[in-house]
Amino acid sequence: MTPTKNPLRQPRLSDATHAMFWGLATASLLILGILTGSRGLRDFDPALVSYAGAAVLSGFGIGYRYAMWLRRPPTRLYWYRGWQIFLAPQKLLSNLAHLARIVWNTIVLQRFIERRSHLRWTAHWFLAWGCILAAAVTFPLSFGWIRFETARANQEIYRAFMFGIPLGSFHLGTPFAELTFDILDVAAVMVLIGVFFALWRRGHDHGAWSVQQFSDDMLPLILLFAISITGLFLTISTHLMQGIYYGFLSQLHAVTVIFTLLYLPFGKFFHIFQRPAQLGVNFYKQAGAAGPQARCHRCGQEFASRMHIDDLKSVQAALGIQYQLAHGMHYQDICPACRRKNLALTQDGLWKSHDNRLRGN
Amino acid sequence: MIRREFFIDYSRCIGCKACVQACAECDTHRGTSMIHLETIERRDTLQTAPQICMHCDNPVCARVCPADAIKKTPDGVVQSSLKPRCIACSNCVVSCPFGVPKYMAEFEQMMKCDMCYDRSSIGKKPMCATVCPSGALTYTTMEEMQRTRPGIPVNSWKFGGEEVTTKVYVMVPRETTRVEIDLIQIQPTPPALPADPYDVALMLEMAQ
Repeated sequence: MTPTKNPLRQPRLSDATHAMFWGLATASLLILGILTGSRGLRDFDPALVSYAGAAVLSGFGIGYRYAMWLRRPPTRLYWYRGWQIFLAPQKLLSNLAHLARIVWNTIVLQRFIERRSHLRWTAHWFLAWGCILAAAVTFPLSFGWIRFETARANQEIYRAFMFGIPLGSFHLGTPFAELTFDILDVAAVMVLIGVFFALWRRGHDHGAWSVQQFSDDMLPLILLFAISITGLFLTISTHLMQGIYYGFLSQLHAVTVIFTLLYLPFGKFFHIFQRPAQLGVNFYKQAGAAGPQARCHRCGQEFASRMHIDDLKSVQAALGIQYQLAHGMHYQDICPACRRKNLALTQDGLWKSHDNRLRGN
Repeated sequence: MIRREFFIDYSRCIGCKACVQACAECDTHRGTSMIHLETIERRDTLQTAPQICMHCDNPVCARVCPADAIKKTPDGVVQSSLKPRCIACSNCVVSCPFGVPKYMAEFEQMMKCDMCYDRSSIGKKPMCATVCPSGALTYTTMEEMQRTRPGIPVNSWKFGGEEVTTKVYVMVPRETTRVEIDLIQIQPTPPALPADPYDVALMLEMAQ
């Protein structure tokens, strides 16, 4: 693929200024979404303002970190190439079909995690879908995008609105009503199942013990556990304990959610926003395989796509990695297997020179 | 804890593959061997060479990683890519000057030698160094190595203009201060000989 512009050109703004801009832009967009989606705050629930505020702050952090991440030359190049390949007009339709396939396998079913380990997949699948389900309910509610009200004519009927538009109504006491009101409990149970399996794995996997860190591996599980258990206690307090400690529990629940939202851009959860890059890489690899291949200068075997090797040379130049060899050769044109063989041959050469010197040759 | 270092001496390798088998026993990459064992030129020589991760001070694999997924532990061991972050691009695989990282297509993740971190982080030898019968892979103290081997351990390399310092040492003659990758060793290999149906070396090459 012929690049039309250089994605690795020297940026005009400093990294921090650039990231600050995108952080503020993301937060502003979220505020604008809350204002318009809640019809000028008419549908906004003031009791949920702390959640909305934390979400805006989190939006700033996510925008900031994502922009910083994209400033890294390899990330920037993949971002640019991924979109360039995906949006190519002659392939857009087939790309959309391929996208649906890989989203289903990678994001929905998470098959690549299943192949790593069934236990890991079980934990991750429940955690991921529990969180997605909870987020799909909590964010629209706290932004004032969806609201419920009782019908004027019948107190037993609930009406649902999205962006002020009536979505429909349902009768209290029906299974649908129960599911609607308890959907966050379902999400909490899914997350707790995920946390249980994740802790079980971490408790039994000797390999995980040696590399796990509290801030990256345990804290996210503790946070998810805290959110889920305090959320479930709210339901228990309402239905089984006549509302005892409800006020305290709701505040405790809010604290856990707000802390998690603020942790979102800086900890392990940021991978939620990085993971879609895997889809771009999939398109990049597909385009690379269809194009010319790079052959190793030493063994003559194909070892990567020509596009990948040429792009890597640009990335390396941007990073100050100097692989240029004498006579116009480039170390990047040697395949990994030949590099390994070459190391042994180099050591051999050093000892042969040494022996020759000793013999006086 | 006694400070041990990892030493590699390619010339001592006897190609027994004990390291390859033992590597797969490590808990951090259970069932998957991370070590490379290369047959250098099957037609001309029986020479083999093991390759573990050299654990660079400023790893090229981490620098070219778009997902910022490759991290070093405080004691300088470069780990496999972080599972939540790795986006399976293979930049690290084709950029590493030592040709170490492996792209595991099945898992869509880069994995590599992590010096058996579950063992080496508590003072035990990595699996490969535990079983290597010839001392090609050795995990011991610097003093012991200097006392018992000819040559000296060096951990400074140059690939073109790129200077690389590693946690792992290679054994070289005493006058050597840095291993420079020489053009002589990376000249193209001669064209393949005419096919011979009874050429065992060729059959083995094809089977690889």
